[in-house]
Amino acid sequence: MAIGADIDTTATAAASRVPAWVSNLAIVLVIAALWPINALLADRLNPYFFQVLIVIGINITLAVSLNLINGITGQFSLGHAGFMALGAYTSAILMRHFSPSGAAAEALFLGALLLAGLMAAVAGIVVGVPALRLRGDYLAIATLGFGEIINVLIVNTETIGRFEVGGASGLHGIPIVTNFFWTYAVALVCIVCIWRLAHSSKGKAFLAVREDEIAAAAMGVDTTYHKVAAFVIGAFFAGVAGGISAMWFGDLDPESFRFMRSIEIVAMVVLGGSGSVTGAVLAAVVLTVLPEALRDVRQYTGGQDLRLIIYSLLLIVMMLVRPEGLLGRRELWWTRRRTPAAVKAARALDVPDANPPVA
Amino acid sequence: MALLEVEQVSVQFGGLKALSNFSFALDVGELVGLIGPNGAGKTTAFNVVTGVYPPTAGTIRFDSRSIGGEKPFRINRLGIARTFQNIRLFAGLSVLDNVLVSFNQSIGHGFLGTVIRSKKHLREDAQHEREAFELLDVFGLADRANLLASNLPYGDQRRLEIARALATKPKVLLLDEPAAGMNPQEKIDLTNLIRQVRRQFQVGIWLIEHDMKLVMNLVDRLTVLDHGETIAVGTPGEVQANPKVIEAYLGEPV
Repeated sequence: MAIGADIDTTATAAASRVPAWVSNLAIVLVIAALWPINALLADRLNPYFFQVLIVIGINITLAVSLNLINGITGQFSLGHAGFMALGAYTSAILMRHFSPSGAAAEALFLGALLLAGLMAAVAGIVVGVPALRLRGDYLAIATLGFGEIINVLIVNTETIGRFEVGGASGLHGIPIVTNFFWTYAVALVCIVCIWRLAHSSKGKAFLAVREDEIAAAAMGVDTTYHKVAAFVIGAFFAGVAGGISAMWFGDLDPESFRFMRSIEIVAMVVLGGSGSVTGAVLAAVVLTVLPEALRDVRQYTGGQDLRLIIYSLLLIVMMLVRPEGLLGRRELWWTRRRTPAAVKAARALDVPDANPPVA
Repeated sequence: MALLEVEQVSVQFGGLKALSNFSFALDVGELVGLIGPNGAGKTTAFNVVTGVYPPTAGTIRFDSRSIGGEKPFRINRLGIARTFQNIRLFAGLSVLDNVLVSFNQSIGHGFLGTVIRSKKHLREDAQHEREAFELLDVFGLADRANLLASNLPYGDQRRLEIARALATKPKVLLLDEPAAGMNPQEKIDLTNLIRQVRRQFQVGIWLIEHDMKLVMNLVDRLTVLDHGETIAVGTPGEVQANPKVIEAYLGEPV
């Protein structure tokens, strides 16, 4: 066993060397910097690569948000595509109905994304409160059922009032507003939120629920609340990712949100290492790029398309070699270990007035 | 009126009466034992007080408030903490994080505060880490704070469970066989530790233990259970001389 494996290397904000306002400002600056990068990429990158880049961003948001539910809180959910579908349809219906242009489109897009997330979050409460009484396999089946119900509802709904839903033939002609900026701004916000939750004192409750529910409750953790909270936060980001996706492709097919999509996202979480935020990001990149990269294999196999077979074989091999996932529960980089001295230093930084230096 | 009062509590699972008409009282600073042969209902008594099972009959009062059938996390927040017979640490979390989970209930900021790293969040996180280290220091675990709990030696795991329970700032601490599986030296250390906890943290301690020497050394008084029935109550001296107790442990005289 590697030396690092038996040591927990997660740190909380209190022990972090970087002051909060610096890291917050850095995040805002990085998001702002995505805007010029967006223009640059849209001009120079070939449209195929650009599309792959967007899908990577959407999958990062999906994998990291599902990781909060499956990996960090330990509640195995197969309903993520259902939340994504709710978000996609909510925002797409709105954008189609109002079909704004120019700056209004960007503003309405932001509103539609938030509403997409909120709709999915509300669904998260409605599904989560009864379903999270179940555990393990039973929860997986219940959430799978939720995803299928959403699909059936969409397929059988042509219109809601004056809004067109499209039914089985899908929804077409959605304004295309998504770009590199929006996709990665959402992905970044999602990563930051879930990273900070997982690595804070408050977020330890999610991990405690995963480790041992009975012990967590005996230590005063409201386990039901935290399970539903994880579900709602995860669903919110899945809904937003759905909105991003709908406004990129311009068409929605209800079949694309069935349980295979959920399985894809679960595969990313498991491959990356359940509970590892950076692992989910890494796996989302790998599992999006891999099937695309394998398209070229065709020329070496005499025109036979072995893409999906090779993809599946690679997944099996990876899980055999590293059953705990690429990163296990660790993160990609080493974070500072906490020591009493580090805590004292943090204390000195946080409450400068407690012990004023004697002149 | 005692801090924790259990009156005529029964717990029934189908046809099995795991605990019948059990009464008990505990005050701050007291150290009381609960003994009995295997299957006597000791852990059931702990479970019903901590809300794992609702009582079939009877009342449980804590701080003059009825807590029978309350949820475990609420009972803990009121001030009753416990350890488990078969260790239930958060095995995949570090020693420090195990203790930090217990502080979760006293966090005053929301998820949003955590996400934007508000001042209150940073202050509370720093304070909780400091308190956690102070607590781990009492238990000699501060230098192992970053180890995974599952990698601690057995005796340390038992002590971490006590530390984690104390981190919830209880008024009453329930210890379920803390010496199980310990060697003689570890048992001596544990005895001293329990005395120290009683002094330093000013809690009432209720102790289930099979090691008679350890129990008789530590407790002020004790209850003896057999088949869910209370067969004796008293000081260690009184209980040891009670013929019913001897019968329960050794069988009927020939």
